[in-house]
Amino acid sequence: MSTAVDMPRFVRAKQVDALPPPNLARGPIAWVRENLFSGPFNTILTLVVFYLLYVTVPPLVKFLFIDAVWSGSDRAACRADSGGSEAGACWAFIFDKINYFIYGSYTISERWRVNIFFALLAIGVAWLLWLKAPRRDLGAVYFFWIFPVLSYILLTGGNADLGARFWLGFAIFAALVIALFAFAAAILKTSMRPALIMGGGIVAVIGITLALVDIDFGLAHVPTSLWGGILVTLLVATVGIVVSLPFGIVLALGRRSKLPIVRMASVIFIEFVRGVPLITVLIMANTMLPLFLPGDITVDRLLRPLIGTALFASAYMAEVVRGGLQAMPKGQYEGAMSLGLNYPQMMTLIILPQALRIVIPGIVNTFIGLFKDTSLVAIVGIFDLVKTIEASRIDPAWAAPTIGITGYAFAALFYFVFCFGMSRYSLGVERRLAAGQKR
Amino acid sequence: MSAQQIRSVDTDPNAEAAVQMIDVHKWYGEFHVLRDINLNVRRRERIVICGPSGSGKSTMIRCINRLEEHQKGRIIVDGTELTNDLKRIDEVRRDVGMVFQHFNLFPHLTILENCTLAPIWVKKMPKKEAEEIAMHYLKRVKIPEQANKYPGQLSGGQQQRVAIARSLCMSPKIMLFDEPTSALDPEMVKEVLDTMVGLAEEGMTMLCVTHEMGFARQVADRVIFMDYGQIVEMNTPDEFFKNPQHERTKLFLSQILH
Repeated sequence: MSTAVDMPRFVRAKQVDALPPPNLARGPIAWVRENLFSGPFNTILTLVVFYLLYVTVPPLVKFLFIDAVWSGSDRAACRADSGGSEAGACWAFIFDKINYFIYGSYTISERWRVNIFFALLAIGVAWLLWLKAPRRDLGAVYFFWIFPVLSYILLTGGNADLGARFWLGFAIFAALVIALFAFAAAILKTSMRPALIMGGGIVAVIGITLALVDIDFGLAHVPTSLWGGILVTLLVATVGIVVSLPFGIVLALGRRSKLPIVRMASVIFIEFVRGVPLITVLIMANTMLPLFLPGDITVDRLLRPLIGTALFASAYMAEVVRGGLQAMPKGQYEGAMSLGLNYPQMMTLIILPQALRIVIPGIVNTFIGLFKDTSLVAIVGIFDLVKTIEASRIDPAWAAPTIGITGYAFAALFYFVFCFGMSRYSLGVERRLAAGQKR
Repeated sequence: MSAQQIRSVDTDPNAEAAVQMIDVHKWYGEFHVLRDINLNVRRRERIVICGPSGSGKSTMIRCINRLEEHQKGRIIVDGTELTNDLKRIDEVRRDVGMVFQHFNLFPHLTILENCTLAPIWVKKMPKKEAEEIAMHYLKRVKIPEQANKYPGQLSGGQQQRVAIARSLCMSPKIMLFDEPTSALDPEMVKEVLDTMVGLAEEGMTMLCVTHEMGFARQVADRVIFMDYGQIVEMNTPDEFFKNPQHERTKLFLSQILH
């Protein structure tokens, strides 16, 4: 039946049945012709790219794997003049130094504690990132409270020896906090019980944390100046990531607040921190922070850059989150408000889940940037992975021409594995969320 | 708009006012959007508000649950006066349901979650009870089988019916409708209007901004015509359509009733 355009009248007599789409798959040769050699310009581009791949990839593979030296106990293995081969990467050097790269100068007899830390970290990350894991709420408690406390005790040795005077002070502080909550409940005319439970809960969490830190578990003290390598890199990155997201969200909300003081404070913080290079922030955290604090309080040498990177990442995160908040249609706020949700409920239940989903690529981008920026803590004398490689590179026992390149190749591999992992994970999350709720 | 006119409608002295708007004014910057609004809505009364775009209809009903702030005059909803007191605003919003032109469902939550969210978080209702109530109202708007889908998987008419069910789950005393059928395909207008008619027949206090004149004739107790931020004319639907008084009303009706 033909449906000519010039027909003045037409009534369909028979339903047109649904047909399968025409078969468009036409084999590999057709694909190659269509995608690689569809025209003169495309053909030239393809050839140029192939040539570049030919020039770069085989030598790289040859250097990293085929000609590489895999075993040996000192420089002799990687030097041609002492019977070894110097054509390829000297992986023997990495194997020999791997403990230094992982733990830095951490006391050798205590390194099992770092291994437990790595395991605890892996458990926490898996628990939170595996979206179908059981009891993810407990996972959050573990990751944000139990894990940091345990890590602190494990890595430093705990036994902070706070003393009776400190606990007396804490008792006063606890009484004040509970009184404050009771007072707030009285002013806001809400029931007393939840306020007291909340105040008591906060005091209990802080109290238990401090008590755990105070107890002497018999672990030897390991000063942070001995920490190094992957331990420090992962520590700085984890703290930065864990602090920057919530702090960034608070800053983003603050920047959009109607209260002028809150807004001004957020804007000043974000613009100031974002407008300064990370190295400056680190040096300032390292040398200026002690100047602002009273003379008898010293901040740990590792803690200073830790705070610096966390604040720096927070400022970037705030702007990413703000982008998501601005993308939210006004109707979502109005829908939430019209149902009687208050501001915290509206934000946590309606706006943030959607806004954060929009900016997952931006958030992960910031995380990846932060992860690699951790190598800058070397500038204030912290021995992160890159710095330990730098230090090993000049070890005379391993003086060989390929040592430096091999070390940096190892660092590149380490960073790439983590960053690529983050990238793939976020893509998976995006796809999963998008599948659930097509708009 | 005169005080006399208001009194003439409020003849029943026993009927407690659901919404009272007294000398309400509102400005957007320099622009005077609401001028001298006086309106008394009795319990169980159904009011339809029409008027050209930009006449302040939506702004007026959005003032009733404080999505917009009025700058002069008083608005008393169910005995609670709207002021800057956040607690009172939340109280009023709990009792006033609102249905929007663009539904404003939460796309990251399922239909059921959309409906149970406010009862669970605002009314502190146990989840199971909230789900029972939600299923009850989803049955009433005739889409219980969609409960576990996401809003994006539903048609416009279905989404708007979910929005109505979502409001009903809070058992509101007053329902506001802000052009509920304007964003719908013509084929879906009826299913939404039928739901609203059913609601009206059950005695819900309703304020409805709409251009569905058939709906106004069928259910409205009063029809209000607004222009330039003022209430120009207010009358029973019969009188309003048959015998419009104001020039502006006549012109408007002649343009929308072909």
